[in-house]
Amino acid sequence: MSDLAGRVLRGDVRAAARAISLIERRENDAAPLLAALYPSTGGAYRIGITGPPGAGKSTLAACLATRFREAGRAVGVLAVDIASPFSGGALLGDRIRMQGLSGDPSVFIRSMGNEGLPGGLCRAARDAIRVMEAMGKDVVLVETAGVGQTDVDVTWCVDAVVLTLVPESGDEIQVLKAGVMEIADVIALNKSDRPGAAGLAGELAESLHARGKVDGWETRLVRTVGTRGDGVGELYEALRAYSCHLKAEDRLAVLREQQIRRELNERVEARLARRLDAAPGRERLRRAAARVRAGEDDPYNASEQLLREL
Amino acid sequence: MSGRKIRVLIAKVGLDGHDRGAKVVARALRDAGIEVIYTGLHRTPDEVVNTAIQEDVDVLGISSLSGAHLTIFPKVMDRLRERGADDILVVGGGIISPADREALKAKGLAFFWGPGTHTGDIIACLREAVK
Repeated sequence: MSDLAGRVLRGDVRAAARAISLIERRENDAAPLLAALYPSTGGAYRIGITGPPGAGKSTLAACLATRFREAGRAVGVLAVDIASPFSGGALLGDRIRMQGLSGDPSVFIRSMGNEGLPGGLCRAARDAIRVMEAMGKDVVLVETAGVGQTDVDVTWCVDAVVLTLVPESGDEIQVLKAGVMEIADVIALNKSDRPGAAGLAGELAESLHARGKVDGWETRLVRTVGTRGDGVGELYEALRAYSCHLKAEDRLAVLREQQIRRELNERVEARLARRLDAAPGRERLRRAAARVRAGEDDPYNASEQLLREL
Repeated sequence: MSGRKIRVLIAKVGLDGHDRGAKVVARALRDAGIEVIYTGLHRTPDEVVNTAIQEDVDVLGISSLSGAHLTIFPKVMDRLRERGADDILVVGGGIISPADREALKAKGLAFFWGPGTHTGDIIACLREAVK
């Protein structure tokens, strides 16, 4: 086992931070490192915190981290924030809302840019969660970049999803829509001291109740004011209840297997794309495109053949 | 974008509420394709060092306009050394007299930029230093 993997497993913060950087840069050392860590991963309660920009995700993540610390749990926080699709640069500001945690040696916070990708996460998110598990974190909070209705990637990486909304998030119709509303296991209606909170809370509750239980769980609604810590106890309890629900009847195992299936799918797709991009795949692709353009072949047959050759 | 991505932590330490300069630099670095993490105001040296290590930054930039630089910079650099993280480049910005700059450079401060510095110079300097 590499020295770096050994140090991560001993809980060395510097080593864990380095490991995440290696993974982020997709350097060659990352695969053997991750393989060495893998047997020690999967043990944490993985909680996603998602929602639109400015809804209070970072603040709620900090509140939850504090709660879990009070319960004696070691906590990892992965804070994904928006990176520029133009320059690739980023101003990762989630930590500013988590200042109270930066002196606690049992809390590990890592900010990551989303590489300008849609979905709300970054490519390395899954593996960064694993590094935090390997270093001994009992709970990993994954905060997404601010998301829109279509950004649901976090659901493929975590056990529980907290969707953070605000009183201005819209009416009942928004709540009935598909997409990000479907992945919420718990909804935190944050900034609940603002006008309109009670009305939206009522509509949300009704709509969640009308949907009823999905796989034995009815999405819970909690009203919070993150900056004051109001409702955080209820949010914490809802997440604990969801954890119990997952552990019953092997639901967690089923969920994790679905996620792994998706991960393998993505990895194979990425490998195929890389092969097409490198010699000799690139040359085959070029020749196939020329044949199709000249009318000697069609795109359907040409892609089949490329797949066989790769 | 050339080479690997540079990560920079910009920090405000102690009783110093002036962060316009820190934010101007943060934005300029962002626009140059650098990943910037900002600590927010009133951090302790330990918090800043913890953050720098967890975030695995290449550069730690401390903005200082309070006059406490002869306390703050050495404390941060000592803590980095104690934690085996003194490979992180420590740089500074703000108001520090030329004599104090030299004193801090002797203790390991890599660069210091005062008022009037062009952000392009800072970026070029960091690109050269982080390879």
